[in-house]
Amino acid sequence: MTRDVGYWIGFAVVLALLTAAPLVLPEFWRRFATEILIWGLLAMSSDILIGYTGMVSFGHSAFFGLGMYGAAAALLGVRPPSLWLAIVSGLVGAGVVAVFVAYFSTRLRDIYFSITTLVFSQIFYVVIFTWTEVTGGENGLSFRQPPFAIPGVVSAAFTPVTLHWFVLGVVTLSYLVLRRVTQSPFGKVLQAIRENEARTRAIGYPIERYKIVAVMLSGLFAGLAGVLYAIQNKFAAPDFVFFAVSGEVVIFNVMGGMGTLVGPVAGAAFFLLLREGLSRFFTEYYLIPVGIIFTLMVMFVPQGLLGFLRRRLNP
Amino acid sequence: MTVPIPIEQILVQTVNGIVSGMILALVASGLTLIFGIMDVVNFAHGELVMLGAFVGATTLTSTGSFWLAFVTAALVIALFGAVLQASTLRPLLGRDPLTTILATFGISLVLQKYALWQWGPSARKIQEPITGQFHLFYLEYPWYRVATAIFAAAIIGALWLFLRRGKYGIWIRAATQDRIMASAMGIPVPLVHTLVFAIGAGMAAASGVLFGPLGGVTQTMGFDFTLRAFIVVVVGGMGNLGGSILASIFVSLLEAYASLVVSPAQAVIASFVALILTLLFRPTGLFVPTPK
Amino acid sequence: MLALENVHTYYGKSHILHGVSIEVGRGEVVGLLGRNGVGKSTTLKTTMGLVRPAEGRVVFEGKDLAGLAPHKVAHVGIAYVPEDRRIFRLLSVLENLRTGLERPGLSAERRQALLEKVYASFPVLRERRNQAGGTLSGGEQQMLAIARAMMLEPKIILLDEPTEGLMPRMVSQIREIIAILHREGVAILLVEQNVPLTLEVSSRVYIMEKGQVRHHAPAAELRGNHAVIHQYLGV
Repeated sequence: MTRDVGYWIGFAVVLALLTAAPLVLPEFWRRFATEILIWGLLAMSSDILIGYTGMVSFGHSAFFGLGMYGAAAALLGVRPPSLWLAIVSGLVGAGVVAVFVAYFSTRLRDIYFSITTLVFSQIFYVVIFTWTEVTGGENGLSFRQPPFAIPGVVSAAFTPVTLHWFVLGVVTLSYLVLRRVTQSPFGKVLQAIRENEARTRAIGYPIERYKIVAVMLSGLFAGLAGVLYAIQNKFAAPDFVFFAVSGEVVIFNVMGGMGTLVGPVAGAAFFLLLREGLSRFFTEYYLIPVGIIFTLMVMFVPQGLLGFLRRRLNP
Repeated sequence: MTVPIPIEQILVQTVNGIVSGMILALVASGLTLIFGIMDVVNFAHGELVMLGAFVGATTLTSTGSFWLAFVTAALVIALFGAVLQASTLRPLLGRDPLTTILATFGISLVLQKYALWQWGPSARKIQEPITGQFHLFYLEYPWYRVATAIFAAAIIGALWLFLRRGKYGIWIRAATQDRIMASAMGIPVPLVHTLVFAIGAGMAAASGVLFGPLGGVTQTMGFDFTLRAFIVVVVGGMGNLGGSILASIFVSLLEAYASLVVSPAQAVIASFVALILTLLFRPTGLFVPTPK
Repeated sequence: MLALENVHTYYGKSHILHGVSIEVGRGEVVGLLGRNGVGKSTTLKTTMGLVRPAEGRVVFEGKDLAGLAPHKVAHVGIAYVPEDRRIFRLLSVLENLRTGLERPGLSAERRQALLEKVYASFPVLRERRNQAGGTLSGGEQQMLAIARAMMLEPKIILLDEPTEGLMPRMVSQIREIIAILHREGVAILLVEQNVPLTLEVSSRVYIMEKGQVRHHAPAAELRGNHAVIHQYLGV
């Protein structure tokens, strides 16, 4: 635990704001806030790979999508729908994909890895899109939202407010876990791999093992985000496995600041708010100014919005 | 359940595979040239195909001439590629390759949506310049498809000659092999980079126009080309021109044969599998001699 | 004609050249001696514009070459033959030579004349002109690298350790080539570990140690001065 008081004050303030949000915001923005949290979790998971280990994944939509469909499977297959089963099921789904990707991550470097992750997510997209009997194909699957249930203690359906708090709780917990991981010796090794893989290997670290764990970690939390999305929206669709989602995740990471964990969350918020705001003027062409901003940031501000915090957040 | 597939179907699919393969080869050779000389993985390459198709469609509508549309599209997009490279990619030279893939990704987003804005959401049509069909086994096979394959082959042949003869060919090949020594020999390497990018863009646009009558012109067609071109370039060996051409045909044939047993939407998995197997067993490329 | 004035060069954080000053007059052969790692190659690379100096100037025929890209430096009249030759392995011998011939303002006759001249000096290159550069032996590659530089019709050639890894028979060939170049009025800045050869062909010699020029004298003076040679070069 750091003794960084400033950081914890900031953390507490943000947490308080996010907790109060659904109580004061109108319906639309309430949902919006919850979605920002979910995409933020997805972006955080990707940061483990892109920001900390230096492996750009263009296939995070696969983890996200399989978390979503995994949850869908549990919620459709088991009556009554169980929240915890959905989470486990989604994590298993994402975990399976992560195993494959992890295997390739140890054998491929840089662009080959990135291209492979892209191809992987497309494989899953095609399979999900065409295997209509199982996955609902183009139309996806819809299901009922499970209640928040602790057997024997409580069982209550979610309201938009309590759902937001649940998501906030999961995301906050995930953040704390990931933060712990990135600040541990393990996290330091990941960053060493990012800085200079050859030298880290030469020093004696078995980088393959580190990469595998990094991929598994990243994939599982991405899958968790998918589960949350499924629960919030009560459907799963192949669109979320399509490359565009992976692309957006990369945008969150770059714009928000790689290697900070909070940066990508801010990036997600920034992007979603930009999209909301610019859509009013540009309708569906909002991606033109956003794309230009993104490219300019890659060129001139590669550390992203919160990149300046990277040193501070990773002592 | 084994249903023997009649030999005629296999032969027809062979022809189809070669036709698609040649169009893909046009796209992939540009991509591999660009990568070979400046270490840039151009994520926006498919968008250049798409823009070429749109420019071609628009020119065709206003002039009525397919060939004029073809040439215009290739030149316009080549010029655009040159400007793009000089403004956004040249400053990134020397940064890590992940930066350029991210930058070209951003560019692909902008170009996609720009096309949407410029030409609207509906698809365009490009009328084939050569109508009429001939009897191929059990099908009436369009002449245009065969013409496309021949024409694409001619363009690639011209590229090959250009690289083997002539001043610019030597400049390009020298700068690809050793950028620093080429510079020390007085070759203006930054200019050569722009030239190669322009050539790649022009070839991408050409294939977009050729593909138009076969598959239509839509704003989202780019991604498919980018993905396939990436696969082909890796399978053929990055930077290896001959390899990417062979790989284009190889992968397209695989998909064509696969679509005999599964739906076309699923047949694309064949190329994915080819990529994965290549990366597992021959990561430098299937058509590259194993490095010692 | 060529002057490095107080040049400081860094590789990342390493301070390689600590204020190097060197002069080469028109048509002169100047030697640059020193042990491994003292910065001799870096001096040549800085001159060629392959590395940017943090401080100091490189002046050629009165013009400051600051910030000039290597290909512009080549156009100005400086040619570079690097330590590992770096011929274009996949290009044929002829194509290697052509990389220096495809210059603006060079007529086809002039090109042919230049080729003929270099084939006369290096007959083996004519023999192998259609062979890929990578198939040549070490000595042949060295000849090709020098011949390629000559295609630029430079006013000065920066030669980095031309005799490294060559058999004694080839070393005398290098001696002859340097003599030919000198006769044609081409200046040479010769970096070498081969002390006797350097002292023989050069008119002046600089000796470097740890990124600085420590000694500068006419070659005639150094030929008998075993003390200095031993001090800086340990031979």
